[in-house]
Amino acid sequence: MSEPHGILLQLESVTKSFDGFKAINDLTFYLDHGEMRAVIGPNGAGKSTFMDIVTGRTRPDEGTVKFFPTGDTNVIDLTSLREHEINRLGIGRKFQTPAVYENLTVWNNLLISLNRPRDLWSTITYKVTSEDRDRIDDILKTVALDEQRNTQAGYLSHGKKQWLEIGMLLAQNPKLLLVDEPAAGMSDAETERTAELLLSLKGKHSIVVIEHDMEFIRRLGQKVTVLVQGHVMKEGSLDVVSEDEEVRSVYLGRKREKKVAA
Amino acid sequence: MDLKTKSLQFGKEHGVAVAIALFLLIGIPVLSSISPSFQVNIWGKYLCYAALAVSLNWLWGYTGLLCLCQSLFFALGGYMIGMHLMLLIGKLGAYKSDLPDFMVFLGYKELPSFWKPFYSFLFSGGMVILLPGLVAFIFGWLAFRSRIKGVYFSILSQALTYAATLLFFKNDIVMGGNNGFTDFRFILGMDIRAKSTQIILYEASALFLGLCIFFIWWITRTKFGMIQQAVRDSENRVLFSGYATTAYKLFVFTVSAIMAGIAGAFYVPQVGIINPSEMATSKSLDVVVWVAVGGRGTLYGPVLGAILVNLMKSYTTRYYPDYWLIISGAIFIFVVLFMPNGVVGLPKQLGGLWTKFNKMRSPAEPLTQAS
Repeated sequence: MSEPHGILLQLESVTKSFDGFKAINDLTFYLDHGEMRAVIGPNGAGKSTFMDIVTGRTRPDEGTVKFFPTGDTNVIDLTSLREHEINRLGIGRKFQTPAVYENLTVWNNLLISLNRPRDLWSTITYKVTSEDRDRIDDILKTVALDEQRNTQAGYLSHGKKQWLEIGMLLAQNPKLLLVDEPAAGMSDAETERTAELLLSLKGKHSIVVIEHDMEFIRRLGQKVTVLVQGHVMKEGSLDVVSEDEEVRSVYLGRKREKKVAA
Repeated sequence: MDLKTKSLQFGKEHGVAVAIALFLLIGIPVLSSISPSFQVNIWGKYLCYAALAVSLNWLWGYTGLLCLCQSLFFALGGYMIGMHLMLLIGKLGAYKSDLPDFMVFLGYKELPSFWKPFYSFLFSGGMVILLPGLVAFIFGWLAFRSRIKGVYFSILSQALTYAATLLFFKNDIVMGGNNGFTDFRFILGMDIRAKSTQIILYEASALFLGLCIFFIWWITRTKFGMIQQAVRDSENRVLFSGYATTAYKLFVFTVSAIMAGIAGAFYVPQVGIINPSEMATSKSLDVVVWVAVGGRGTLYGPVLGAILVNLMKSYTTRYYPDYWLIISGAIFIFVVLFMPNGVVGLPKQLGGLWTKFNKMRSPAEPLTQAS
């Protein structure tokens, strides 16, 4: 048995406008099984709307969004499904600001994120199994929160909350991870640790990382998609992309100037 | 470690609760049999209010849904049992008719057909559960499906309550109009005004309240209970973890409405009257005050809050009838500002202040030595 290969996620000619403003404009995007991709773009480029469309939060006006969880034969149209249904297919999403359950312990945060039956009755009658216990322990080690397992999540530092949320995504064992600005508001050491964490997940999951921090993107060293005005402007390695004149003028150049000014 | 949620419950807290429970279960009936002037049904009323507060706390404290139609469900349950009690009066009414007095007064010659099944106690009991449950299910389904949450949900639920109050004021629906139902004589073959009946009703209310508390204690410890609290903390995260949050909220909302309805059914035979003012929006706000005063999101808080505030209300309305609303409002503001965990959280809060105070004092000494 080989790992599924080929395309996992496919968006073709997707358009979405809000009150006449085209947040996503004729967007075409392919992601392979096991691939990690960084998506960059200036503010308002449609990065978050892109995630909203994939996860079922917003429906596109035009175009197709397809998911191939097992290879090419089984095709699922994501535009007709709701958020929790899309999630159950194996698409996990990390929000920009850490969204954890502040009043529950780290352990319980992970427990309810496990991909177990999610209907009312199953959760009422649920008993922790040793298998689930082991999985949570594994995840706690992966995201380096073993010592905080009994801490209320609200008391964690910002960086650790981000890791906890990544851990909660791992508990879902998703095929595709959508990670929105994981390094925002982190210290340099935390950023480095987050990059390592994401790279260690590569291959086991397909990952899309949306990020502003160029150092972070460089550290990930993956194929980059530049999104501008809801459209893919350029795709390729960071070096190729950052050499592109158009991209530089729209995004990198402007950012570099700002940095100099600051 | 595993399924424990908050470390709210200590052995001490349970001990105090058991002591209070024993007093309520045994002390109050004994007191009432010793002193003829002691009114056991007033305490029965408090316990029904406590159950109502428990039901709101499950919604508001544990799920984050501030519902302002809890009094509506309470009153609906009360009305359902009230219909049964009205029919039991028989010819003992003022008009000596088989029909309830208000119907004779309105010129009805025979019982409207929807009243007929209410001769059966079982049917009425079933309706106590069914009607509030159904109203909550339909309203909740519409609201949650449209992603109405937060303050918008509160406002909508308040509007529902207001609309229902206006409806019940009308004579056309043959539910007693603004006078509602009163003058009950019998329940289950017993004289409703006899002390023995009142004690039985009181004990039944106490038992029901205990059942409600146990239910909350149990369910908040299951994975379901944790998901419920997760909805309160970050609903989006729950949704994007594969849970249909609408179903979870709808379940909690419906069960809590049924709980409130049953509480109302215990309430009506003990206070002897049910009318539309019982479901008014201000009554719903009262429940919010009880929960906040007692301690939102705690197991025993709502019970304590409901009893304390109503004891205060009984006292104040007797001696300073004009000031109750002002006092009640002041209590609410004080609790929201200074006692975020209510009366139940007070020992911990004071303990925290004490350590803070000590910490502030201790480093001052080396400083004075240095200077």
